[in-house]
Amino acid sequence: MGFASKSPWVIHYDASSCNGCDIEVLAALCPGFDVERFGIINTGNPKHADIFLVTGSVNDRNISVVKQIYDQMVEPKVVVACGTCACSGGIFHDCYNVLGGVDKAIPVDVYAPGCAVRPEAIIDGVVQALGILEEKSKALKESKRRA
Amino acid sequence: MSFIPVLIGTVAFAILAPVIGCFLAGLDRKISARMQGRVGPPLLQPYYDVRKLIEKDDVTVSGVDGVYMTAALVFTAFAGGIFFSGGNLLMSAFVITMAALFFIMAAYSSRSPYAEVGAGREAIQVMSYEPMVLLMAVCFYLASGSFMVADVFRGSVPVICYTVPAFIGFLFILTIKLRKSPFDLSTSHHAHQELVRGTTTEMSGKTLAKTEVMHWCETVLFLGWTGMFFLWGNPVSILLAIVVALLAWFLEIWIDNNFARVKWQAMLKWAWVVALVAGGVNIVVLMGFMF
Repeated sequence: MGFASKSPWVIHYDASSCNGCDIEVLAALCPGFDVERFGIINTGNPKHADIFLVTGSVNDRNISVVKQIYDQMVEPKVVVACGTCACSGGIFHDCYNVLGGVDKAIPVDVYAPGCAVRPEAIIDGVVQALGILEEKSKALKESKRRA
Repeated sequence: MSFIPVLIGTVAFAILAPVIGCFLAGLDRKISARMQGRVGPPLLQPYYDVRKLIEKDDVTVSGVDGVYMTAALVFTAFAGGIFFSGGNLLMSAFVITMAALFFIMAAYSSRSPYAEVGAGREAIQVMSYEPMVLLMAVCFYLASGSFMVADVFRGSVPVICYTVPAFIGFLFILTIKLRKSPFDLSTSHHAHQELVRGTTTEMSGKTLAKTEVMHWCETVLFLGWTGMFFLWGNPVSILLAIVVALLAWFLEIWIDNNFARVKWQAMLKWAWVVALVAGGVNIVVLMGFMF
């Protein structure tokens, strides 16, 4: 296991919807679940983050924000769509202003469904994301070596 | 101050301080978590963090922030080398301020609004703690008769016997120097503040790793300054100094977890009041002894 998966720093963005998933993400950081056990820190800064947790669906107003946060993150990076809205648009999928899930804006690596998404599901999603992060980290090292 | 011991001290500090500082940072995370009713990350978590940051891709806004941070690291190692080789305390204080200035320059170089706010606040932090650091060094001189740290071992009693007010004043500004809450204005390790990263907003990868390592080294140096007050001719005093330094570290963690961030006006005002009262009274009393 490399260092990429031992120190996953996250950035969390609440795109839209009811804030239920937003609160569950923060619940994962609280003593009950304490994801800092795995070295996870909520950074609040895309340049420091490795994992992008997005809750809520993408609409015309926030698609540029989601894209910008993703672009500012430094490789290797992974995206976890937390909650049904982030996965597919959920209950809001046919709203006039909703474009759909996060994958309409940026490439998503892991989908963690639930309405609201359970903290266990978020942790499960992040653990899956760590595997992908590790692969991307190896690929980056490979490409650096070749360059 | 001869050059060779300082050089050896600098090299030794550059190797050992990151190791000790890394453990102290891990202990900080662990104890903080326990204070909050959490289990907390592994003790070596800060090491994993830095190794990961080194592995990240190289992305930079200005291109020079990495150079500034390297300079900050070098000056930190130099300040540590001067101190731990028994050199001039005042010089050590000046050189570590130089490191702080390079850190500020690194933050300014990105021209990012958040980093600029952080850099401005970091400058105010330097302005807040510097008077007390200087007065602490003056008190040290008056008590031991020399600015040389090595001379404490010639004393028959520890410096603390003459400098209790200055030591308390130093403990007050130690929180500012270590950038811990309530004085973590420029950058914070906790993502619940109005300005979270500040100075390090635009730093990533290796540059961010350098700031982490610099903080580790700074912690070791400042705890060294804390322990220095408890040294005298008896070699056992080294053990006492280490215990006191660790207690001071625990106190800092406790303060960090229990107090909310203050405004910069309050920090500046209180740091200067403490410096003038604690440092001033101590100097006046010591001068009274001398004449």
